[in-house]
Parts: sequence; structure tokens; C-alpha cells
Amino acid sequence: MKLYVTDRNGTVHEIQGEDELQLMEAIRDADLPIKAECGGSCACATCHVYVDPACKAMVGEADEDEQDMLDLAFELTENSRLSCQIVLGPQHDGLKVTLAPGSEID
Amino acid sequence: MSDTQDSAPQKTDAIIVGAGPVGLFAVFELGLLDVKAHLVDILDRPGGQCAELYPEKPIYDIPALPYCTGQELTDRLMEQIKPFDPVFHFGQMAEKLERTQDDTAWRLTTDAGTVLEAPVLIIAAGGGSFVPKRPPLQGIEEYEGKSVFYAVRKMEQFRGKNILIAGGGDSALDWTAALQPLAESLTLVHRRDEFRAAPATVNEMRALVEAGKMELKIAQLAGLEGENGQLSAVRLKDSEGEVFTQPCDTLLAFYGLTMKLGPVAEFGLNLHENLIPVDTEKFETSTPGIFAIGDINSYPGKLKLILSGFHEAALMAQQAFHIVYPDKKLRFQYTTSSSALQKKLGVA
Repeated sequence: MKLYVTDRNGTVHEIQGEDELQLMEAIRDADLPIKAECGGSCACATCHVYVDPACKAMVGEADEDEQDMLDLAFELTENSRLSCQIVLGPQHDGLKVTLAPGSEID
Repeated sequence: MSDTQDSAPQKTDAIIVGAGPVGLFAVFELGLLDVKAHLVDILDRPGGQCAELYPEKPIYDIPALPYCTGQELTDRLMEQIKPFDPVFHFGQMAEKLERTQDDTAWRLTTDAGTVLEAPVLIIAAGGGSFVPKRPPLQGIEEYEGKSVFYAVRKMEQFRGKNILIAGGGDSALDWTAALQPLAESLTLVHRRDEFRAAPATVNEMRALVEAGKMELKIAQLAGLEGENGQLSAVRLKDSEGEVFTQPCDTLLAFYGLTMKLGPVAEFGLNLHENLIPVDTEKFETSTPGIFAIGDINSYPGKLKLILSGFHEAALMAQQAFHIVYPDKKLRFQYTTSSSALQKKLGVA
């Protein structure tokens, strides 16, 4: 599946996703900068992304654990998600997301 | 085990920077070889990432432990290393490294002024020091330590202040309850009207709001106003995107911790992409006598697994022994059969 990731500089990258991979892992494996310091266990909020409003139905809603962790992120919008909590499947082909502040590697 | 803060150097055999699982297990491997250790960690307790990020999260890949949490792993390691009586220096960051004047040992100074001296230094610092997350607000650096804080050291400092507390976890709610009686005014700001903090403290906060003793704003931080490091107000953005100004002279922001490498980067260890290259025989860095084990090192084929760090600790300890006891022969022994090792473990 194809995914479109806008980095913190505004550049759009077309990357490849795979079933059962976390969106965070797909972004990291494509060598795009994403901090994700807890390694994908919903424990740090440094893989924060904005899901394109047109794609919201593809990813569903954040659960309570993810909402709690989003409390530790900044500049949240109604499209905020933690990319480690989106597990890719066929429904995500064409998903567009933007890396959010706080996801940068320092 | 004691935690002393003293400017007179404390001498030991090995200094371990980082009290995460790998730093803790290094105490065990060193201890079997009669190498005593002091540990320095910026957190106030052992466990590193296991304590800070994953205390309740499951770990499934520790050999012979099909399942445990980060906290259980930490607790078990603490039990395992108890016979070796390590000395912990918690809540301190390893800040400065130099050779002693007689060139026989490393001298490590922490940001709390503790001075440690040992012939062996082991960096087991994982992803770096846990430091508070800084809200991405323009110019926030100039307010830090003057009117913007990420921790409360002395409550008295906040008496009579107009305080804005940001966050929705235990730190934010606990300090809201504790500082409200001292403050001239207190406002809690959180992005949603739900709190992950302990329900009792949340109820306490709601009662204070009900009684008109403090305010609760559902909004996010959007900007700072003030001059020369002194806040006069914080700009907040509500869920509709409306920005409004909240007058205050103190901001306490509690958004958890993040890892930063910190002063270790200045230790002259040829860092590559924030990792310390080591050999795979002794896990020694480019500087003899300084080792790096666990997530912070790099070598061909490196996997950032706790079990890899344990292996690295065992091999590192062999070389550490030769540095601490240059004239002694090292005999390889098993804990199962060696009464000498069993004595050290206190089981013989």
C-alpha cells in the first residue's frame, strides 16, 4: 500500500506500507525522521501525526490509552493520532498524514 | 546503600552512568569479579526506561521470563544485585568527566556536585537522560528557571504567585492541590476535560473549582507574554481554535519526560548519530577504560534489546576486571558450581 507522509519541512514523501506494521514503523523504515522514543508501545507521544481530514474514516478514533498519551503531546488538533497506534491494513492504501511538532529527532 | 552528596571524591572500582536494566545487571557481572560499582542516574529511582516509560507494559523477550512488566524486571534486578551493595546516586546527571591528576582513574562530577573516582567508567545511558518535555513555545528558554518551571523543588517559592499549571497527569494535579493554598491565584489548563491523574486528586481539583478557589481552562498552550524572563500572561487556544490570554506570573508545565543525550556527548567518545561505537569483544569505547553497553552503543549487527545489553555487560566485566586488578589472573567460573562465587552471592 502507498502512504503519503508530509515531513516537518512540508515535503511530501510517498512511502510503502505493509499489513500489520505500525504506521510509525512504516515511517521510520522509510528513513523519515520520527522520534518514537518508546519504540511503539504508546508510552511517549513522540510519534504524533496529523491525519489528513479526508482520511479520518480510514484510521478510526484513538482509544483511551492513546488519548491519555496524547495529553503529553503539543499542538493537538482533532486529527491528532499517535502513529504507533495505527496498525496498517488494506484499508489504509492512500493514507495521508503529517508529522506533528514533538516528533522531531533532536 | 546510601545516596550521599559530597564534594570529596568517593573512590570505587567502576562508575556506571545509567541505572536502567543493563546498568543494574552490570553491577552483578562486575560484582562476581569483585569489581565494586557506583551508579549515577537522573531519575529518582532505578529502572531507566523500564521505570519511566514501561512500568506497567509487558516485556516478553527476557530469557526464561515469559512475561514481566518493566517494573517487575527492575525489581528482580535490584534483588539480584543486592549482595554486591551498589551505591546509587539518583536524581543526578553525569556532567563532567576528566582524568585524575595521577592519571590512574576517571573522575566524574554530577550536576549535584557528587564526585566519583574509579579506574573503570561504564556508560549504560540508554537513550540519554530523561528531561522534562519543553512546550514548543517561542522564546520559552529565556523564561525557564525564572517564571517557567517543569518541577517544583521548593513550594515556598510559589507563595503569593499567580500560577498557571499545564497538564492532565498526576504531576499537574498533585501540584495543583498542593500549591493552591499558597498561591495568590491558580489556574489549571488541560487540553480536554478528562484527566489521567488519580481520581481522588481530580475530585479534589474539581471541588476547588466548584468552591471558586481556582479555575480550570480547557485549552492548549499557544504562546508566552512577558519580558526579561518574567511572564505576564500565557496565550491559550481553546478547542474552537480561539486564542485568549491568561494573566499569570508563573507557568508550571507537566508534559512528561523525554530523552536527551546531554553531557555524555562531550565525553570525547567519537559519537556517531548519538551512539557510542564499541568493539564486540570488550564493549570498550575508543578510550581505554571507558565502556558503553546497552542501547547507547553501536557495533555491526547491534540490536537494541535488553538481553543484548546483558550479554554486553558480561563481556565488559572481564576487561573491567583486568583494569581494576592488573596483576590478577581471571578464572572463568559458574555460579552453579563455584563456592567462591556463591559466597559473594551470600548463598554458600
